[in-house]
Amino acid sequence: MTPIYSDLENKIVLVTGASRGIGNSIAKALAAQKAHVVFNYRGDETKAAALKEELEACGASKVSALNFDITDYDKMKESIDAFIKENGNISGLVNNAGISKDQLVMRVKSEDIDSILGVNLKATMMLTNHLSRNFLRAKDVSVVNMSSIVGLMGNVSQSVYAASKAGLIGYTKSFAKELASRNIRCNAVCPGFIATQMTDELSDKAREEYQKSIPMGDFGSSEDVSNLTLFLLSQASRYITGEVIKVDGGLYI
Amino acid sequence: MEMQEKVIKIVSDATKVEAGNIKGETNFVDDLNLDSLDMVEMMMKMEEEFGVEIPEDKTEELKTINDVTNFLKSNAN
Repeated sequence: MTPIYSDLENKIVLVTGASRGIGNSIAKALAAQKAHVVFNYRGDETKAAALKEELEACGASKVSALNFDITDYDKMKESIDAFIKENGNISGLVNNAGISKDQLVMRVKSEDIDSILGVNLKATMMLTNHLSRNFLRAKDVSVVNMSSIVGLMGNVSQSVYAASKAGLIGYTKSFAKELASRNIRCNAVCPGFIATQMTDELSDKAREEYQKSIPMGDFGSSEDVSNLTLFLLSQASRYITGEVIKVDGGLYI
Repeated sequence: MEMQEKVIKIVSDATKVEAGNIKGETNFVDDLNLDSLDMVEMMMKMEEEFGVEIPEDKTEELKTINDVTNFLKSNAN
């Protein structure tokens, strides 16, 4: 069940990492709210065109595909600035792009730390910081950072990923404090175990073990995360900022 | 309208301080109580009005109305 947020209609929202998983669900959910959905892609024109078509079919008022890798800051800035010049200010941002590489702490290499923090934390900060001037000109601005339950509770083999997601929470709160006086909001969402391609690939035994650890007894769906994200992007949550909200079926109570 | 007058008008509109009370030597922080975020917004307004880009690192050097006017004059097309 997804409510309609009338203020999301025509709202220009940029979603990073929209090609699959939770990001894809969020982009589709925004399209269904008739938002102007903007996503970035890294070079594959065919896949980008297919996603654009898919989002248009979901009902988006407009879909814009921007060709940049979020770690290529010059290209990101150039692409974002050109988009704003043509379309107007972006008033919603969903920082969802992220990577992970599971490994024990003794096996973590320096370059793994650089790449995971580089995408999950630094690129998110660079993109959001770059957009902050545009946010000062825009109305009803809301930024949603996709953190993770792992950023709150830690996890075996995910030390770097957990650090990046915990870092995102500190960034979320600082950004929220710094720009609250301008009615620019920023919140973090912490998904728990969400049914995605990754959980589909688990063995039955592993799946059962994970499910047992969740008080509500099952994985969440990507729609559970997109529903919260829509609420945070909409003015229905106008007095909520700097908040960290779990979508985890009670996993981390 | 002289550039200085235009600058004073923008500052006056943004701060609600009467234009007559804003002089060339008026300091944004000490006299008008602007914080760093206010300054960013003020410089953005200047950029929009005069079509001149004010680099972020330059903003810190622009402490008074005269500083801003001189910068805009020397960087205007």
